[in-house]
Amino acid sequence: MHRTKILDHVILLIGVFIMVAPVVVAFMTSTHEAADIHRKGLSLTWGGHFAETYGTVLTREGGFTGKVTGFNMMMNSMILGLGFAIGKIVLSMLAAYAIVYFRFPLATFFFWVIFTTLLLPLEVRILPSYEVMNALKLTNTYTGLIVPLLASATGTFYFRQFFKSVPDELLEAARIDGAGPFKFFIDVLVPLSRTMMAAIFIIMFVYGWNQYLWPTLMTTDEGFFTLVRGIKQILLVWVGSNIPDYNEAFALAILAMLPPVLIVVIFQRWFIKGLTESDK
Amino acid sequence: MSQSSDGTTLLPALTGRRWPAGRVTGASGQHGQTAAKRVQFTSRLLPYLFLAPQLAIIFTFFYWPSAQAIHSSFYLEDPFGFGSTFVGLGNYTDVLKSGEYLGIARFTAIFTALVTFFALSIGLLLAVKADGVIRGNAAYKTLLIWVYAIAPPVAGLIGMMFFDQHIGPIVELARWFGWEIKVGLNYGDTAFAMIVVSVWKQIPYNFIFFLSGLQGIPVSVREAAAIDCRSELRRFWTVILPLLAPTAFFLLIINITYSLFDTFGVIDVMVKDKAANNPITLVYKVYMDGFRGNDLGGSSAQSVILMLVVFVLTIFQFRFIERRVHYN
Repeated sequence: MHRTKILDHVILLIGVFIMVAPVVVAFMTSTHEAADIHRKGLSLTWGGHFAETYGTVLTREGGFTGKVTGFNMMMNSMILGLGFAIGKIVLSMLAAYAIVYFRFPLATFFFWVIFTTLLLPLEVRILPSYEVMNALKLTNTYTGLIVPLLASATGTFYFRQFFKSVPDELLEAARIDGAGPFKFFIDVLVPLSRTMMAAIFIIMFVYGWNQYLWPTLMTTDEGFFTLVRGIKQILLVWVGSNIPDYNEAFALAILAMLPPVLIVVIFQRWFIKGLTESDK
Repeated sequence: MSQSSDGTTLLPALTGRRWPAGRVTGASGQHGQTAAKRVQFTSRLLPYLFLAPQLAIIFTFFYWPSAQAIHSSFYLEDPFGFGSTFVGLGNYTDVLKSGEYLGIARFTAIFTALVTFFALSIGLLLAVKADGVIRGNAAYKTLLIWVYAIAPPVAGLIGMMFFDQHIGPIVELARWFGWEIKVGLNYGDTAFAMIVVSVWKQIPYNFIFFLSGLQGIPVSVREAAAIDCRSELRRFWTVILPLLAPTAFFLLIINITYSLFDTFGVIDVMVKDKAANNPITLVYKVYMDGFRGNDLGGSSAQSVILMLVVFVLTIFQFRFIERRVHYN
C-alpha cells in the first residue's frame, strides 16, 4: 500500500515536471543574452538580464513599420480579451433571459437559430468570414477583431442552464412586489449570477486573449497586432538572422502567457467551475 | 468546440455532477423548451429586444459567411477578379481527387488519432493519480492545469526552441540515441514535434475533466468496489473506468475537434508559411489555399467538407447525450 502511494507521487511529479519545466526553462533562458544562449543552449539558471530584455521587448519600436512595441501588442491583447469576455457575457445574458423568462411565439425558432452556431467553429468558415469583414470594411479595427468571435451560442447556453435552475418562486415574489422585467433582471438575476459571470469571464478572457487565427486574418496593420498574433512575425524575422534573438522570443512568449496564466492560477476554483460546467 | 473552436459542450451532466430532477442538461432544444419556467413575462417587444444584439451578430458573422462558403464552393472564381462561373460539384471533385489533399487528409487523421490518444491517456493517468493522493493534492492540481492558459502558438514557439537545431534539449537528447531530429526539414520529425507540443498543450484540459469526473463518483460506490475487489488495477478497469465513460466520450469528441482545429497555431508557428515539405492539417490547407493561393472555390469546398465532418461529430455527440439523459 505504502509503495503504491510513492509510485503515485513519482508519476505526478513527472507529470508536473513535463508541464512546468519547459516554461521555467523558457523564462530562465529569457534572462540571458542572445549570444550566450546561442553558445550554451537553454538554461536553468538566472541570467541577470531580465530588466534589459523585457524592457527592450516591451518598449522598443519594431516591426516592419518600426512603430509597434511589445507594450502596444499587450494592450491590444488586453482589449481583445476584455472586449470578448464582457461582450460575451452581456450578449448571452440578455439572450438567455429572453429565452427563459419570456413567452413569445418565435422562442423555439430563435433558440434553434442560436443553437446551430454550435455546429460550426470559426475555423471552417474563415475565408468567407474574412470576405464579409472586407465587405463591411471592418479589417484592422477592434470591432472586426472582437465582434465576429462573439457569434456563437456557448455563453447563451451557459446562462440558460443557470437561469433555469433559479427557483420560480423568486420571479413570483418579485412580481408580487411589482417588479417589471428590467427590475427583476438587474436586481435579482444579475446579483444571483455573479459567480457564474466570474467563472465565464475567466474562460472567455483566456479564450479571447489566446486567439490566433482570427487576429492573423483580421489585422495586417501592426498597430492592431496582439501578442499572440505577433509571435509569428517574430519567428519570421528570426529565421533569417545569424544569432537569433532567442532571449527576446522567449521573453515575448512569457509576456503572452502571463496574464491568462495568472488569472487561471489565481481564480482556479472559478476557472474550473466555468470550464466543467460550460466549456466556453 | 473546446478551447477554441468554441464550444459544443455544455455537458454538465458528463462531469459527474448531479442535477436536480426536471432540469435537463443536454443541449437539446426540445427538452429545454419543455422544461420552461412556470411563470414567465409576456411582452410583445422585450424578448426581441433582448435577443436582437446576439441575433444580429450571429446573422452577420455566422449565417452570412456560412452561406457564402457553401455558395462559393459551387463556383470557380476568375483569378483576376472578373466574375465567377458555376461549376457544380467541380470544386469538390477536384479537391477529393487531388493526391495532395488526400495525403493531407491522411496526415490529419493520423495526427488527430495520436494527439487524441496521448492527450487523453496521459490526462487520465494523472487525474487518477491526483485523485488518489491526499498530500499535495491542491499543489499538483494547480501545477498540472495552468498550461491550459497558454495559447497554442505560444506553446508552438516554446516547442520550436526545444526542438531547435542549435539549442534544443530534445534534439540533444535524441542525438544520444542516434536520432538526428530536424524540425522543418524532415517531414516525420516535424510531425513528431507538432504532436508532442499539441499533446502537451491539451493534457491540462483532459486532466481537469477526468479529475472532476472522478470526484463525482460517490464514495459509497468506491467503498463497495473496494470491498468486492482487492486489486486496485482491476477495480479501475471494471468499476471506475465504466463510470468515467461519459466523461471520456465527451473528451474524445473535444480532443478530436481540438486536434483538427485548435492546433492551427502550433502548426502555423512550426511550418512558418513553408508548407511545401512539411506536414499540415486540413484546416491549414483551407487557410493556405484561401489566403496564399487565392483559390476561393477550392478553399470553400474544403471548408464545406470540414463543416460536414464537424457536423457529424457534433450530431454524434448530441445523440449520445440525449441517450444518457433518457436513461438517467
